[in-house]
Amino acid sequence: MTKPRVGLFVTCLVDAMRPQIGWATLRLLERAGCNVEVPRAQTCCGQPAGNSGDKRGAEKLARQVIEAFEGYDYLVGPSGSCVGQIRSYPTLFSDQGWRSRAEGLSRKSFEILGFLNDVMGWKPEGVRLDATATYHDSCSGLRELGVQEQPRALLEGVEGLQMRPLDGANVCCGFGGTFCVKYPEISTAIVSEKAANIVDTGADLLLAGDLGCLMNMAGRLHREGAATRCFHTAEVLAGMADGPAIGEEG
Amino acid sequence: MGASAFTQRAHDALADPNLKTAIDRTTGTAETKRAAAVGAFPEFQAARARGAAIKDHVIANLDHYLVEFERNAQAAGAHVHWARDKAEAAEIVTRICKDADAKLVTRAKSMLGEEIGLPHALDDAGIERVETDLAEHIIQLAHERPSHIIWPAMHRTREDVATLFFKDHHPPPDADDPASMVASARRILREKFMSADVGISGANFLIADTGATCTVTNEGNAELSTTPPRVHIVTAGIEKLVPSTDHAMALLRLLVRSATGGEVTQYTTFHSGPKRPGDADGPEEMHIVLVDNGRSRMVGDEFRQMLRCIRCGACMNHCVVYRQIGGHAYGGTYPGPMGAVLTPVLDGLAQSRDLPHACTMNGRCEEVCPVQIPLKTLLKAWRVRSWDSQQEVGPLRMGLGLWGFAARRPRLYHFGTRLALPVMRLFGKGGWIRRMPFAGGWTDTRDLPKPAARSFMSQHANHGNEGPK
Ligand code: SF4
Repeated sequence: MTKPRVGLFVTCLVDAMRPQIGWATLRLLERAGCNVEVPRAQTCCGQPAGNSGDKRGAEKLARQVIEAFEGYDYLVGPSGSCVGQIRSYPTLFSDQGWRSRAEGLSRKSFEILGFLNDVMGWKPEGVRLDATATYHDSCSGLRELGVQEQPRALLEGVEGLQMRPLDGANVCCGFGGTFCVKYPEISTAIVSEKAANIVDTGADLLLAGDLGCLMNMAGRLHREGAATRCFHTAEVLAGMADGPAIGEEG
Repeated sequence: MGASAFTQRAHDALADPNLKTAIDRTTGTAETKRAAAVGAFPEFQAARARGAAIKDHVIANLDHYLVEFERNAQAAGAHVHWARDKAEAAEIVTRICKDADAKLVTRAKSMLGEEIGLPHALDDAGIERVETDLAEHIIQLAHERPSHIIWPAMHRTREDVATLFFKDHHPPPDADDPASMVASARRILREKFMSADVGISGANFLIADTGATCTVTNEGNAELSTTPPRVHIVTAGIEKLVPSTDHAMALLRLLVRSATGGEVTQYTTFHSGPKRPGDADGPEEMHIVLVDNGRSRMVGDEFRQMLRCIRCGACMNHCVVYRQIGGHAYGGTYPGPMGAVLTPVLDGLAQSRDLPHACTMNGRCEEVCPVQIPLKTLLKAWRVRSWDSQQEVGPLRMGLGLWGFAARRPRLYHFGTRLALPVMRLFGKGGWIRRMPFAGGWTDTRDLPKPAARSFMSQHANHGNEGPK
């Protein structure tokens, strides 16, 4: 069987804030048997524009992503939210030609954890992490892409890792992209409730599949003085959670 | 950005610790009960799809069913009135009351009544109004509007209610005993039920093939407020139509499970025309006021699917924003996700542009909606309208414009990131940024992780898939 060619969609947040998640995703894809390429012509999926009602702005960025990625067998990225946006590209176009290209890309775009589990049938081997962890379901991955069991199944394969259930794991953390700075008071109230639930688990680590949500929760936990350390699930699976967590000096 | 009226209301709501307790109590219970009811109903997903299909069918054939309903309601002896907007609707109702020489009117809970401003219209017309629903009675005593479409007084704790009753009920009930408070309200309201001239109710369903209206309640107050008076007025939005009683039952199953987690409501009543010769009781006159108020316009635009709404309240019970700020902060008749879609229709987008934006787009509302309304998509449609009509603030447009400009030029973008990251890092202490210009929205309440020294794309440009050592 020939190896699938995967275009890695890094996401703008991972690119700037925590490149290690990009490397973890790349490693995992390679271990799962993919040929990975990182197209240079990528920046952002257009979600900030799309969510602000700027449909034309979102459409322009969608064209760029389609052009850069439609030649691959798959587009894979470490974010349910960005991949959810890419899957929704067809709704942006009225032009039939672009719409069908958008549909083509939409069908082969995956969030990393769902992709590893569902498409590649990959399982972690020889990955060890002695810690307790809890998992937050990021909303876009959960509801737009159906990513729920996959990360849990994958994490089960990590030796030494003990998972603790999180009360309200499927409840939004209050990030919501620009929402969190447009309505900071409401966002803070929501994330404070989330942080309390996280602390209540007593787990060492908080894991999730989207850096936006992770930064929101980590930022609130840290401001409140909690000791919970936060990682993207891909970092754990790639065996890269032995280094600094989000917000820790490397 | 100056604080909008909405942010101010949200701020006040967040500052009220009692409110949060009250919201959590009611919506938390509703959430648990709904989950159990849905879990015990294996065909729930299929029933949702059927519910959505019934509603869509009616919306697509609204003119047909309206005519059929009117014909059958008239044949049963009811008077049917048409109201284009809320002013007209309130006017029609007050006129009927005046024609009936009404001194005392009882009203059973109806959100449509709130939508058309009926409580005020009656008060202004000098007609004594008695709210027969316990929660509406509380709202009336407190001079407030409902904060939830199923539990209008859910923002009030038992202690609040005790204070209100103590002032208005004679003799006052025992504040420490909920049963005594309910009994007191019951006693006061019963006296009024029996002496009212006109009873006004809403309708959950308008049944086209029989011309009957159907009301569901848990307290039985709708029956008491609509049967003893001489005149019964039903006000209902035109989207309440269903082809037949069977269809109403299919939707009722969804409604009750989604609203309270029960299997059936305590009272499901059908009204078909006034009292007939030989009937033991019932009103002498029955009027049905069919209200458009923006609905027929929705049939033709992108908010059409919102007309499926059966007002179950599940979307707000599962909304993280509603659960923090409660219903009043939304500022319209309807709160929560469904209100954020409807209020701009009813009050205009300029009045309510915050509502579709004050949403994290987490999608839980549409996941629980019993008639599969794509609430997220509809909220986004308002954002698009808001953007296209230049209602978004300048700094946001400019920021996004700049971002878009750079993001469409990948080389410039990667170069810019390379320059920006070290600058941002200057604000960091340890791994975190506690304060940074233009980032107060984040850093006032959260630390911001310090960004990487070099972006992924820049590392990859140098090291390829191998990555930095
Ligand atoms: S939008 Fe859906 S969930 Fe919300 S009240 Fe209407 S029917 Fe219920």
